[in-house]
Amino acid sequence: MGDILKLVGQRLGLGLVILLVISIIIFFMVELLPGDIAQAVLGQGATEENLAALRKEMGLDKPAFVRYFGWLGNAIFLDFGNSVVTGEKVSTVIGARFANTLFLACYAAVIAVPVAIVLGILVALLRNSIFDRVANVLTLTSISSPEFFLGYILILYFAVKWGMFPAIASLSEGMSFGELLNRTFLPALTLVLVVVAHMMRMTRAAIINLLASPYIEMARLKGVPPLKVIVRHALPNAWAPIINVVALNLAYLITGVVLVEVVFVYPGIGQALVDAVSKRDFPVVQACCLIFAATFILLNLAADVGAILTNPRLRHPK
Amino acid sequence: MVKDQMMLDRLAAAAKDGSISRRSFMNYSMAAGMTATAATGLWGTSAKAAPQRGGKFRIAQHDGNTSDSHDPGTYLSYAMICLAHTHRAYLTMINTDQTLGGDVATEWSATPDAKEWTFVLNPNATFHSGAKVTAADVLASMNHHRGEDSGSAATALLASVQEIVDNGDHSVTFKLDSPNADLPWIMPDYHLPICPANADGTLNWQSADGCGPYKLVEHEFGVGSRLVRHDEWHGEGAYFDEVEYIIINDPNARQTSLVTGDVDAVTLLENKTLGLLGRDPNIEIDNVPSASAIVMPMHSNVGPFDNNDVRMAMKLAIDREELIEKISFGAASLGNDFHHSPAMPYFPADIPQRTYDPEKAKWHLKQAGVDSVSVNLSTAESITTGAVDLAVLYSAQAKKAGIDINVVREPNDGYWSDVWLTKPFCVVSWGARPTPDVMYTLAYKDDAAWNESYWQHERFNEILLQAKAELDDAKRAEMYAEMGMISRDEGSSVIPYFPNFVYGRRKNVRHTGQLAASWQLDGARGASRWWFEG
Repeated sequence: MGDILKLVGQRLGLGLVILLVISIIIFFMVELLPGDIAQAVLGQGATEENLAALRKEMGLDKPAFVRYFGWLGNAIFLDFGNSVVTGEKVSTVIGARFANTLFLACYAAVIAVPVAIVLGILVALLRNSIFDRVANVLTLTSISSPEFFLGYILILYFAVKWGMFPAIASLSEGMSFGELLNRTFLPALTLVLVVVAHMMRMTRAAIINLLASPYIEMARLKGVPPLKVIVRHALPNAWAPIINVVALNLAYLITGVVLVEVVFVYPGIGQALVDAVSKRDFPVVQACCLIFAATFILLNLAADVGAILTNPRLRHPK
Repeated sequence: MVKDQMMLDRLAAAAKDGSISRRSFMNYSMAAGMTATAATGLWGTSAKAAPQRGGKFRIAQHDGNTSDSHDPGTYLSYAMICLAHTHRAYLTMINTDQTLGGDVATEWSATPDAKEWTFVLNPNATFHSGAKVTAADVLASMNHHRGEDSGSAATALLASVQEIVDNGDHSVTFKLDSPNADLPWIMPDYHLPICPANADGTLNWQSADGCGPYKLVEHEFGVGSRLVRHDEWHGEGAYFDEVEYIIINDPNARQTSLVTGDVDAVTLLENKTLGLLGRDPNIEIDNVPSASAIVMPMHSNVGPFDNNDVRMAMKLAIDREELIEKISFGAASLGNDFHHSPAMPYFPADIPQRTYDPEKAKWHLKQAGVDSVSVNLSTAESITTGAVDLAVLYSAQAKKAGIDINVVREPNDGYWSDVWLTKPFCVVSWGARPTPDVMYTLAYKDDAAWNESYWQHERFNEILLQAKAELDDAKRAEMYAEMGMISRDEGSSVIPYFPNFVYGRRKNVRHTGQLAASWQLDGARGASRWWFEG
C-alpha cells in the first residue's frame, strides 16, 4: 500500500509541473492570437482613445510576462483572478458551468460504462455471432459520426418527430431532479453513443485475448459454463486495459462536450471556453484549460492506480 | 389605387368581425395589389387585433456570450441589445411605423440653430427599485459615455455634446458645439439606456436596474434571463406576464426549438432554410427590410480607384439581384451605391436604381484609358453569412466587364483592425444606424475617422453640414436626395444590398403587423410590443 501512496504522490507532483507548463503554453498561445481583447470587446466601433482607456482598465498596458507572473503568483494560492472582460471572479464565471458539465458527464458515464462493459462481455461471449456483428457495426457507426450529427439525428426523431424529449437542454432554477434528467437526456445519450464503442470493443478484445490462455482452457475443460468463464476467470485479468480506456473516455466526456453543448444549448464549460477564446479573456481560458488538463492527469492517475489494485502481481511486487 | 384602398379597408373590416377566412383574405388582398408579406401583416393587424395580457413569452436569442456585461458602454452582442430594450428604457424610441416616439422623454424641442435640445422627462418613469427616474439619472447615463477616460463605444456618438444641464423642472438640455438636427434620433442608440445614478454622479449599471417594461429576476450571461412585468412601466404594451430569453447561438438548435414549441419566438433565422420553415403551419416568419448594409469601400486615394470611371465600372459590373437571390436567398433589399436604406427616414425613393451593365462598365473603363483592371477584394466569413461567396460571385459577374477581381480570404480574427480601413478594397457589414446623417457623418464625411473609402467630395460635405442644422423636414429630405445622388455617381463604395431582419414566431404570438426596422424582433422590443392570441 505504501508503494501506491508513493506513486500517487510522485504523479501528483509531476502533474503540477505539467499544469505549469500548460499554463505557460496557453498564455502565449492567447497572446499570439491576432487582434486584442479591447478590440474584441469594443468591436468595429472602437476609437483609438476608447481602446487605450479600456486596455488600461483591463491592465493590458503592462508587458506580457509581468501579466503572466502576476497571474501565476495568485494562481499558486488557488486564486485564478478575475475575468478581464467582465471583471467577475473566474470561479463565479465558470463554477456553475463546470458543475453542469460534471453533471452531464456523470449522467452519461452512469449509463455508458455499465452498458459498454456488459455489452463487451456479451459480445465476447457470443463472439462472431450475428449479435456480435450488429453490436459492432452500430457502435462503430455511432463513434464514427461527428457528435453534432448524432445530436441532430436524435433531435430529429426524439424531439421533432416523436416529441418524447425537449430539443434544448436549458436549465432553470428550482427544477426537480426528474425534470433535470428528462431535459438533459438527449445530450447525455449523444455522449453515451460517442463513448460506448471504444469501451465495449476494448472489453471484448481484452477478454478474447485471454480466452486462449491455458488457465481458461483448464476452466473450460473442468466444465465451467461459458459466461462464468468470462466473468469469473477472464474478466479479473482484463481489468487493466479496460480501466485505462474507461478513464480516457471519462476525460473525453468532460473535455469533449463543446459541440454537444452547442447543439443542445447546454450551459457547460465548453461554451464558456469558446466565448473566452474569442474575447481573448486569458484568465478564463487559462482556468478552463487547466481544469481540462487536471481532469486528464487525475483520471490517468486513477487508471494507473486502478490497474495496480486489480493486478495482484503489481500489488505485491517481489 | 383608390379603389384598391377601399377594397383593402373592407377586407380589414371583414377580418376584424371574423366574416372572412385567412385564405380568402390573402387572395383578395393580393388581387388588390398587395404583396404576400404585406397581406399577412394586414391580416395580423386586422384580425382580432386587440392585444391580450398574460402568458410567458420565451425567446430563443442568438449571439449571447459569457463575456457580455450590463455596462451599456460595452454592449456589443445582439443578446444584450435585445435584453437592454426589455429591462431598460431609452429617452426616445423608434416606433413600429419607423417614426420617432417618446420613451423616458415625453417631448423634445430644439433652439432654431439646432444647437440646444431640451428633453422633458416622463413623470411616471420608475426604476425597478421603486425610485422615480430623475434628471440626475439621465445625466449620469449620458456622461457615462463622455469624456476622455470613458471606455464606452458610444463616445463618438456624443462627441458634439458640450454640456448636459439639469433644468430643475424634470427636463434636461443638451448643449452642442455644432448644430445637430438629429440628436433625438441618436437617443434610441442601444448604448444609451437610462440607468440609475450613484450619489457621486457616476452610473450604477452594475445593479442591472432599469426603468424598462420588464424587471430582471434571473440572469446569467451567455445562458439566458427571466423577467417579470414591471407594474409601474410608463409606456404602452408589456402584455406578457413573464419574458424568458434563452441564448441559443447555434442556428439549427434555434430553429428546432421553434419547430418543437420549446420557445415562442426566435431571432435571426437562417435564410437558406426559410423556404422549408415557411411551410410549417405553426410558424410565422417576419422578413423586415433593415437599415444595416453590406458595403464594399474602395480607397479613392489609391489607384485604380482614384479614377471615378473605374469606380463607376466597379458599380456597374455587379449584379445585385443575383447576389440577393443567391447569397441572401431573397431576404434583402437592393442597394444603390449610396448608404441610405429604405428603412431610414428621408429615403429618396426617386433616385434611379443602378442595374448590371457590363457593356457600360467597359465603356467607363475605356474612358479611364484602360481595357481591363485587376484588383484584390478582401473578405472574411465572419463579416456576414456568405461574405466569401458574395465576393466570388461578384468576381464572376465583373469578368464580363473586363474587371478581374481576385478574392482574398482574410482571417476572421482581427479583420476590423488589420483589413478594414487598411486594404484598398474589402467587404464590410454595417449595423443599422438611425438616420442618414449619422451614417454619412460616421463613414463618408471627409475628416471622419472611419471614412472607409477615403472619399473627399466638397459639395457632399457642404450639404452634410447644412442638413445637420436644418430643422425643416422637407428641406432635409431634398438635401439627402442630393447627397444620395452624389455618392451614387461619384462615391467610392459599392453597396450591393441591405440585408433584411429575418425572425420567426409561433402562430399564437401576434403583433400589430408593423415592425420597427431598427433591430431584430420589432426593434428589439417584441417582448413589450407583442402578445399571445387567447
